Amino acid sequence: MMKLNKLVLALGFAVASVAAQAAGTLIYCSEASPEGFDTAQYTGGQTFDAAGQAMFNRLVEFKKGSTDIKPGLAESWTVSADGKTYTFNLRKGVKFHTTENFKPTRDFNADDVIFSFGRMTDKAHPFNKAYPAEFPYAGDTGIDGNMASMTKAGDHGVVFQLKQPDPDMLIKIAMPFASILSAEHAAKLVAAGQAAMINQQPVGTGPFVLKRYQKDAQIRYAKFAQYWNAKDVLVDNLIFAITTDASVRVQKLKAGECHIMSYPKPQDLAALRADPALKLDTAPGFNIGYLSYNTEKTQTAKLEVRQALDMAINRKAIIDAVYQGQGQEASNPFPASLWSYNKNLKNAAYNPEKAKELLKKAGYPEGFEMTLWAMPVQRPYNPNAKLMAELVQADWAKVGVKAKITQYEWGEYLKRMKAGEHDTGLIGWTGDYASPDNFLGVLLTCEAVGGSNYSRYCSKEFDALVLKARNSTDQKERTDLYMKAQEVFKRDMPWTTIAHSMVNQPMRKEVNGFKISPFGVYDFEAVSVK
Amino acid sequence: MFAYIFKRLGVLVPTFLGVTLLTFSLIRLIPGDPVEVMMGERTLNPVLHAQALQRLGLDQPLPVQYAQYLGQLVRGDLGVSLKTRATVWSEFTTLFPATLELALVALLFALVVGMTAGVIAAVKRGTLADHGVMTVALTGYSMPIFWWGLLLILVFSVGLGWTPVSGRLSLAFDVPPVTGFMLIDAWRAELADPDLNKGALWDAVRHLILPAVVLGTIPLAVIARMTRSSMLEVLREDYVRTARAKGLSPARVIFIHALRNALIPVLTVIGLQVGTLMGGAVLTETIFSWPGIGKWLIDAIGRRDYPVVQNGILLVASLVILTNFLVDILYGMANPRIRHQR
Repeated sequence: MMKLNKLVLALGFAVASVAAQAAGTLIYCSEASPEGFDTAQYTGGQTFDAAGQAMFNRLVEFKKGSTDIKPGLAESWTVSADGKTYTFNLRKGVKFHTTENFKPTRDFNADDVIFSFGRMTDKAHPFNKAYPAEFPYAGDTGIDGNMASMTKAGDHGVVFQLKQPDPDMLIKIAMPFASILSAEHAAKLVAAGQAAMINQQPVGTGPFVLKRYQKDAQIRYAKFAQYWNAKDVLVDNLIFAITTDASVRVQKLKAGECHIMSYPKPQDLAALRADPALKLDTAPGFNIGYLSYNTEKTQTAKLEVRQALDMAINRKAIIDAVYQGQGQEASNPFPASLWSYNKNLKNAAYNPEKAKELLKKAGYPEGFEMTLWAMPVQRPYNPNAKLMAELVQADWAKVGVKAKITQYEWGEYLKRMKAGEHDTGLIGWTGDYASPDNFLGVLLTCEAVGGSNYSRYCSKEFDALVLKARNSTDQKERTDLYMKAQEVFKRDMPWTTIAHSMVNQPMRKEVNGFKISPFGVYDFEAVSVK
Repeated sequence: MFAYIFKRLGVLVPTFLGVTLLTFSLIRLIPGDPVEVMMGERTLNPVLHAQALQRLGLDQPLPVQYAQYLGQLVRGDLGVSLKTRATVWSEFTTLFPATLELALVALLFALVVGMTAGVIAAVKRGTLADHGVMTVALTGYSMPIFWWGLLLILVFSVGLGWTPVSGRLSLAFDVPPVTGFMLIDAWRAELADPDLNKGALWDAVRHLILPAVVLGTIPLAVIARMTRSSMLEVLREDYVRTARAKGLSPARVIFIHALRNALIPVLTVIGLQVGTLMGGAVLTETIFSWPGIGKWLIDAIGRRDYPVVQNGILLVASLVILTNFLVDILYGMANPRIRHQR
């Protein structure tokens, strides 16, 4: 017993000393290693958190916890009346990080902006010759094809000339992929024949400087003392403790080994809520989970059939069972936090009897057989697709429709669904940037058939509205057009909208100032540990 | 002896070729190429897709790709990770010491406890101790690693708070990776900066305990059972009876006369356990967030990082093959009858 007491005492001291050393240190249990530190090349959230948010800035940035933008490295900007010319006035006196491999000789200026965007938009850029890479988001957002020219307007001014007006330009370049790199650092790397090091030796202007990265273990940062917004950096050290397993992250959070963690599993929420040392913030997710009807297949091409199948699904039961209460019923193709959300759209009430009548009207009094595809993976918009498919299957069976659940490995699933092999299938989307076009344009227009338009829905009326909104610079007009497009969507019913999942953010009570980002990024500026 | 070594070496070449062919084909049998997996739900522009595949050299016919791969290997080039763009060799050498440290400590634990348990069971044959030891060994052998790891975390880390939940070192310590072996690095860091890193070595030891126990459990069970049966056989030999008749102490008979000879089959089993340890490391590392090559390979398979999967597995396989080769040689040295077999 004596020995045991000594052991407990020793461990107590060890824990106390760890706590004392950790003052001013914020520890975040993240789910994976970053893909690299060059955000332009990647799409993963873990990369955007570890590099984009922690070490870099953008010309414009998202307000904390919001889809609205605020000035970043650009203090102000103007947009021409035709929506094609963006003029940015850059912040002066912004310092780049000094690291063990690089010491900057000058402050941030227009050359850095032109370099950062130049390599993403110009395949023949000299840096791309030294270090060829793909820039998926620059392509996905259409920035690479739409940039006509970039010119300096003095040391602290940049003009972007676009080929077509892009009213979403600012929210696109607020995304972490558009982080501003040091042109001086890049030139030094090219001269040394080490251009690839841009992905491993990050030099940014952001709130934290990289101290050490140990793959799959930890990333250590120190506060950047010369940061242009230093008053908002409230911890001396930031550590990402990379912990792949969600259950282990929960245990580490409870044990005080980290202050905040990413992606808890729905089944761990009750235990997290019950722990007096923890708090759990909740916000609606910027996503949509839905069931896609392939509008090119015989049965699901008929509107009555889609309406009947939609009416036969008991959404409430699905949200309770699959999302365990952590979902909001969805009636629109994007969440309510996004501007131009049409509040007037309502889902048809759950009504198997009426569904049977509609099927009869469509020529299927005895029902029919078809496939219902279920994703093999857990995604933010759908925590358990297999269970959801089983519930839908049971609902449809009640109206005489026999659905065969089909599953493929994730890569194969997406490929086959993009090719239109399914009759109906579960899928979803997490918004990349705060524009209705990122949902309506990407998921429902004719040009997206064969891509992310899994319903292969192609309506001239819908397309005209969305494309007109895409090219308009009048916010009021855009709002009206998107509202109308949602009505057309609801009337044509290429999807059964199911739910927007809630985001749950567990953290220790001593963490202050953390706000859940609608895009799921972790931003530790203005966050403190008591 | 040299003829025997050359004969064993001759077997190595086709084994290596077999491994390269298997990993090369198996990873390509999984649907989806690296570019598709990276894009996920996003629309994949076919032109960009083709360009990316061409840049990665994945647009060539498979036999050409395989020939190129072998060519690279012969030049000692293990390629570059498609995701991180770092060389496979540099990633492997960064992560491998963590796996090796874990495997060595697990093996040490398995050897010491396993052999002791085996000897006790053999000497006390038929008693409660024998049955007890063998039941525990069988249970250990059948334990799923994932379940066993989480159970130990729940009891010792969360319940009792005796060991940390995961990782190799508490984040309060700042230990620069010099050798990659945390026990050595932590010890060095503690000596270099006693103020900042006081207690780092002990902390590293505490982090190692649970993963090593989990990873060592299956080899421990195998070694215990093997030691027991081998000991029982040897204890029946005439020379043991003679040793006893001479009036030697029971300890001397067991440890000097019997155990030494009983170790030969145990040695072979240890060689084979290297494979088990590497396989088990994949799961153990996932549970304990241990930054080793197991986790690295699992991630690489998920995102179809062909160079990492092919060459990472090749490196692990080389390790297993070489260990078994060394065991074969040791075995040949210990037992002349083996090396003279035709």
